[in-house]
Amino acid sequence: MSRQLSDVEDVLQNALNKHGLSVVPLLQEIQEHFRYLPEEVLRMLSRKTGIPLIEIYHAATFYNSLSLTPRARHQIKICAGTTCHIRGGGKLIEEIFQVLGIRPGEITPNGEFMLETVNCLGCCAFAPAMVVDGKYYGNLTPGEVRKILSKLRERAALMEK
Amino acid sequence: MVQIALNGLRVEVDEGMTILEAARFYGIAIPTLCYLEGLSPYGACRLCLVEIGSPGQSKLVTSCTYRVEEGLIVRTDSDWVIKRRKMLIELYLATCPSSKVIQDLASKYHVTSVRFTPWYEDCILCGLCVRMCAEQMQGKAIGFAHRGSNRKVTTPFDKESEVCRLCGGCMYVCPACQSRCQGPQEEQPVCNACLNLQQPCLDYFDDKMCFMDPCVACELDTNRELKVKRRL
Repeated sequence: MSRQLSDVEDVLQNALNKHGLSVVPLLQEIQEHFRYLPEEVLRMLSRKTGIPLIEIYHAATFYNSLSLTPRARHQIKICAGTTCHIRGGGKLIEEIFQVLGIRPGEITPNGEFMLETVNCLGCCAFAPAMVVDGKYYGNLTPGEVRKILSKLRERAALMEK
Repeated sequence: MVQIALNGLRVEVDEGMTILEAARFYGIAIPTLCYLEGLSPYGACRLCLVEIGSPGQSKLVTSCTYRVEEGLIVRTDSDWVIKRRKMLIELYLATCPSSKVIQDLASKYHVTSVRFTPWYEDCILCGLCVRMCAEQMQGKAIGFAHRGSNRKVTTPFDKESEVCRLCGGCMYVCPACQSRCQGPQEEQPVCNACLNLQQPCLDYFDDKMCFMDPCVACELDTNRELKVKRRL
């Protein structure tokens, strides 16, 4: 992934126009664009806005949803809350390991998928639940997880062509 | 000016003062780790706890952040406060036994044992260095990063900071950076050497003119006298 300087400038300027000098929304915007928070972009943000770099770093390391290391293209979040656990969340994790070969906290070698467990997604009514790239899936069975993953893979293959 | 009752004494203090400032103004010592004149109060170390309110409805507040109000009843050294303070000192001792400031506090408050596993952590996260850097040195080179038990003071990306001028202000104010004296029990988490001190001064000296001031032995002795007096 090559990063053009003017491109970064544009992203920063857009984010600034949208959110002003609020650090967290700015970081979210940057993360959405680059899929993580690159160090040099944060340094540029600090230089551009005058927000001390340490304040930006403080926020970036404080929140779990912000990441300073590159993330995979698809974020899979499996709920490991009590309800989802009881209703078979562990089986979903096992199924993902069978299909992709990754455990929670790991990334597939091609950088396509990343698996995380979260403590509650707030939707116990349709446990066990999973979130892929911000989209919620509920009442899941291991078979359905396999289908969702293969669909994502197909789409990724199409994108590459 | 507002009137408050400070340890039973009716005193007048400026409006907008904190309890800690008022107490120090009237010569009542309240221990602190995260407070420093000239820096914004932070309320993190909790050592400056005092009891406020009338009996039966009292509560503990951090005196460094609580502003005085008309008719406030403050007790800076009630049994409740001392008990809590001793617990805090014990926790600090377990976190950072290598600090002289904390060891001195332990001796002063008769904390003689530590029931927790000592961590030998260097930082107590009082935030003095962070505020010193930002507020007095206008540096903003260091700050907190990460969260919970991983929280630590560091520079951005754990790399040498571009804005740090190496002024050393952070080390100057750090209570953990002052290493403890070479006592006889250096490997123990609690030193308490000061507790066993005989008063080093001779009777000849008037204590107001003592060269050793402030002397831990003296302070302990006055505390003991006070306690005996209270019991009588």
